[in-house]
Amino acid sequence: MAKRSAPEVNAGSMADIAFLLLIFFLVTTTIETDSGLNRKLPPMEDVVDPPIIKERNIFTVVVNKNNDLLVEEEPMKLEKLREAAIAFLDNGGGKGEEACDYCQGEKDTSSSDNPIKAVISLKNDRETDYKVYISVQNELVAAYNELRNREFIRLNPNLRLNYVQADKIYSDPRTSRTQKDNLEPKLSEVKALFPQKLSEAEPSKTN
Amino acid sequence: MSKFKKKKSGDLPAISTASLPDIVFMLLFFFMVATVMRDSTLMVDNTLPAADQVQKLDKKDRVMYIYAGKPSLRYQEKFGTQAKIQLNDKFATVQDVGAFILAERASKRQELQNVLTTALKVDGETNMGLISDIKQELRKVNALKINYTTRAGDYKQNLN
Repeated sequence: MAKRSAPEVNAGSMADIAFLLLIFFLVTTTIETDSGLNRKLPPMEDVVDPPIIKERNIFTVVVNKNNDLLVEEEPMKLEKLREAAIAFLDNGGGKGEEACDYCQGEKDTSSSDNPIKAVISLKNDRETDYKVYISVQNELVAAYNELRNREFIRLNPNLRLNYVQADKIYSDPRTSRTQKDNLEPKLSEVKALFPQKLSEAEPSKTN
Repeated sequence: MSKFKKKKSGDLPAISTASLPDIVFMLLFFFMVATVMRDSTLMVDNTLPAADQVQKLDKKDRVMYIYAGKPSLRYQEKFGTQAKIQLNDKFATVQDVGAFILAERASKRQELQNVLTTALKVDGETNMGLISDIKQELRKVNALKINYTTRAGDYKQNLN
């Protein structure tokens, strides 16, 4: 008896099936990753004696329930906040031990001594809008970033990167180990020059 | 002579589509690998505020999501228009946040448990009171790394 060859399976519809699956995955795909402002909350332990900070080293930002800004006891537009925060952080009015040799500010004695001492205090009302809060946070982070960029470029002129770009490369998981090890001391050096000291008070219930 | 004539009289040969399935499969595998399924359906309005000083939130396995905002239109009849928190697929109260974080943390791999970030996806119109309450709860369970998820854009878009 002659051996009968098995009939060939018709593969003509395979493309159709694959297309169907392809379209399904095309529709459900979201490739973009989330991004946002990273923050660190203070731990729960109560500090027994809060450290004493000089009044001139504190930059107070208050947002009320009508989303108005009060910066250092004076009303301010959100557009001016970044500039004001930079002026405060970069002031460098300290003398002797507290002098700041890299600051380029006005050296006003009524403003901050040194960026290392300078604290930004943010207080908002329970009825403040979240988007206004984010805008304020964004501007304050921008102030820090701008100063850090300046210092990073000054300290590493041949790298052709600013702080934000370098930090982005550093936190990218695809960056190689050696490059990370190379960037880390440079980043932390600049971070130490302008440490982000953003303190948030508990929101007030009324005005 | 007839040998040469034969060639002229041919129609255009059909283009072979035999490799079409291969190409399509290649694309299919690409999208299958690149796909991240939306893991929870949103039950709240979620227009994120804009910010430009943002950092990327890589590695989804290290992120816990908390949504907050006004309930969407079809839930407003039942839940009202006050801003609410959504955890996974359910509405939750502020007191549930701590338990949620602990449960999420326990479900992650051991070596990731200390590097988890909490992403707050909050609608721009929400009052800060709710967010402060969430943050207070997060501090209680020691989940201190947070990320205010925003969309990229100028902050001035938030002001109108």
